[in-house]
Amino acid sequence: MGAADPTFVDALRATVGAPHVLTSPEDTLPYGFDGTAALKGPVGAVVLPGSTEEVAAVMRLAHGRGVPVVTRGSGTGLSGGSVPSPGSLVLCLVRMDQVLAVDAPNLTVRVQAGAITAAVDAAANEHGLFYPPDPGSMKISTIGGNVAENSGGLRGLKYGVTRDYVMGLEVVLPDGRVARFGNACVKDVAGYSMKDLFIGSEGTLGIITEVLLRLLPRPAARRTMLATYATMEEAAQTVSDIIAARIIPCTLEFLDRTTVGCVEDYAKIGLPRDCEALLLMETDGHPAAVAEEAGRMAEIARARGAREVRTAADEAEAARLATARRSAFSALARVRPTTILEDVTVPRDRLAEMVGYIAEVAKKRRLRVGTFGHMGDGNLHPTFLTDERDADEMARVHEALEDIVTKTLAVGGTITGEHGVGLAKKAWLRRQVGEGSHDLMRELKRAWDPRGLLNPGKIFD
Amino acid sequence: MKASLKSLDYSVLQQCMHCGMCLPACPTYDATKKERHSPRGRISLMRAVADDELKLTPAFADEMSYCLGCLACQTACPAGVDYSNLLETARAEVAASGLNRTVSSRFWRAVTIRGLFMNPRLLRVAGRLLRLYQRLGLQTAFRRIGLTRLLPADLRRLEPQCPTVSPKFSHELIRPVELPAKKQHRVALLTGCVQDLTFSDVNRDTADVLLANGCEVVTPPVQPCCGSLHAHNGEPGPARTLARRMIDLFPPSQFDTIITNAGGCGNHLRHYGQLLADDPAYAARAKEWDAKVKDVHEWLLEKGCVAPRAGLGDLTVTYHDSCHLTHGQKVTRQPRDLLRLIPGLRLVELPEANWCCGSAGIYNITQPEQSEQLLVRKVGHVISTGATVLATANPGCHLQIERGLRQAGSPVTLLQPVTLLARAYRKERSAESMTA
Repeated sequence: MGAADPTFVDALRATVGAPHVLTSPEDTLPYGFDGTAALKGPVGAVVLPGSTEEVAAVMRLAHGRGVPVVTRGSGTGLSGGSVPSPGSLVLCLVRMDQVLAVDAPNLTVRVQAGAITAAVDAAANEHGLFYPPDPGSMKISTIGGNVAENSGGLRGLKYGVTRDYVMGLEVVLPDGRVARFGNACVKDVAGYSMKDLFIGSEGTLGIITEVLLRLLPRPAARRTMLATYATMEEAAQTVSDIIAARIIPCTLEFLDRTTVGCVEDYAKIGLPRDCEALLLMETDGHPAAVAEEAGRMAEIARARGAREVRTAADEAEAARLATARRSAFSALARVRPTTILEDVTVPRDRLAEMVGYIAEVAKKRRLRVGTFGHMGDGNLHPTFLTDERDADEMARVHEALEDIVTKTLAVGGTITGEHGVGLAKKAWLRRQVGEGSHDLMRELKRAWDPRGLLNPGKIFD
Repeated sequence: MKASLKSLDYSVLQQCMHCGMCLPACPTYDATKKERHSPRGRISLMRAVADDELKLTPAFADEMSYCLGCLACQTACPAGVDYSNLLETARAEVAASGLNRTVSSRFWRAVTIRGLFMNPRLLRVAGRLLRLYQRLGLQTAFRRIGLTRLLPADLRRLEPQCPTVSPKFSHELIRPVELPAKKQHRVALLTGCVQDLTFSDVNRDTADVLLANGCEVVTPPVQPCCGSLHAHNGEPGPARTLARRMIDLFPPSQFDTIITNAGGCGNHLRHYGQLLADDPAYAARAKEWDAKVKDVHEWLLEKGCVAPRAGLGDLTVTYHDSCHLTHGQKVTRQPRDLLRLIPGLRLVELPEANWCCGSAGIYNITQPEQSEQLLVRKVGHVISTGATVLATANPGCHLQIERGLRQAGSPVTLLQPVTLLARAYRKERSAESMTA
């Protein structure tokens, strides 16, 4: 049965209230896509529940009638994970956006799945605490989506990713049961670590409704620097040398020339357009340690040939630089109509090689590419600037992606560092993880969700 | 500007890569949390219309009307989507289709957009009549005995929002040409429609500030409406007519700069090039015009505004960004910097200073509920600053927030930045003449 079936829609309305069920094309069309380029799907109906109980009731209804359900937060995903499959019910959690309680003595915060990432950190900040994961879309992305995709961000090198902060989850299972995993204890080895199964499960195993997150004390000091280079290799070598010097900065981000130009067109903060590579470096922690580390990082950058090393004058300038970096992907859309973003990640010592290879592929396939990413953790975002209406060019984009994936896997990398597999990368998953692992994932999914109702067709078929 | 979404260059629609960065900036998404009420949601509907996946429906028309047109999404958008162009095109298509309009709203549209705002003299006559109604105490009397209930529903709702008309209009306060002590620039001053009727004193203040900064100020006594009201509400034809009249009245080659002091008009005035791109007789001059139009605050700072030597006493001021000044024209720093030039003035930042106040052209007429919610939010923030003066540089915001503050019983005074600056210059002159 499809989600648009009138008796099903009536039952949904009776469950969550008529204003929270959308069926007209004007209402539902805008839920046909997420932040991923060139992917969209037809929506059956949209439901916006207001509580875990309502989510469970909706899931019981869908389970009873065999309606597929695609969970969605703010729809900023970058692998098509919340693009609806035909006839599905889009279950959107943005109404459940409360930061429920900051538990300062235990360094945790309990939030609803629809809470905005930046709002969680803001709530922590009121207690002098810190929620480090900061995906590019943090101003609007939801925690539920971050957990479902195991999102990263600019601070991965020092602070890790979303998984490192999830202590507990409340999940609605495919048949409508509610399960809770984990707790506020730092140590807990009671049974399987079930929460870990849901982190990065991309909405295929359950609907995350509430999250208990770990917080850290807010760093007392922070320093942000910008280094510019005439070659990408010099920037990459700077990063290797910083890590070899036993310094773990919280951020080591790079932008190539194309990306710098686009970001500057948008942000107008005086980035140098004439450099081949720009490195955004940030260190945080105790003021004395920050001062020392920043000094050594600047020294290393200069020794490796940086043309200029500039330090942000204050918090405001540092924030402007980080915001500009976060806008990189969207800013690249200025150049061509379609922006295809990749997320390959390689071991850190292969990064310079990989960046060079991407440039080579772009040249060979006659494509424009802008590359940026997290140099400190080997996570690259080569972004093809193309036009989906040009079939020939799109074919070359797919060939280039194939080249890049092959190389990534050859150097021991992964097809996705932080965006998830979703629809966009499922063709390559088996190649990366191997047959045994791929089959096991599918068997697990079948055991959990035998009717295949949750986010069908994502990660694998 | 094109007449339909289909005739629009497809790349304008395609420019949106639906990343969602606009969602947190959009007041209607913030209020409803529904994608359809967000910029990327609306663009997806427009694209569906252009792709023949969606017909022009009353719901589509409603959605285009529900958008404030505040353009906060344009500031937030890293991809550089021209949302203003998209919205105006979609609204023009809706207006041409005749969808979703009752007989009475069509009547008022004809009276205002096609009537009064096409003819500045008629508009002033209407202004005089309104002033008479207000001066004779009829307004109070009518309200007391409930006569206003006889008005049609649309007007009845609006009647309490009706601004007090100035005793004198701009041409009675400003001579067609005024000369400074030492002439450095020759500028034209645009007096606007609402600004002319209700804040002609702000136009006088603007002229004074320009004179104090070495400008010969040219202010023709009768000026057409700039057409922003028309373009924003799906009437590109009349908007083009008015743009041509403006260019004829103010040949851009004759002025160093063409000065506007109303945020809402300013943003539209800077896009005549786009509006008249297909008009061979005007396209080139329209481009030249766009390059000459400057917001008064922007221009003063660019030229290095003369700092007044006298202040206005101990004054705590906060500043509200008009949407089309900040998101449309990207003028945010300059009005604040001008205020800081005044000795003794303390500027405190307004929380959510660039969040729409709900005035949004005629939005407070077409969408009163949403408008009121935004107004209440704005007024709360203004009061929280503890400032005694709120400065803003757009007559629509001025009227809207002033009404909100009075409703809330707040004594905060509303002034435009040029007024504060003009008063400081006057103070300086009177202090000097006392000592002389």
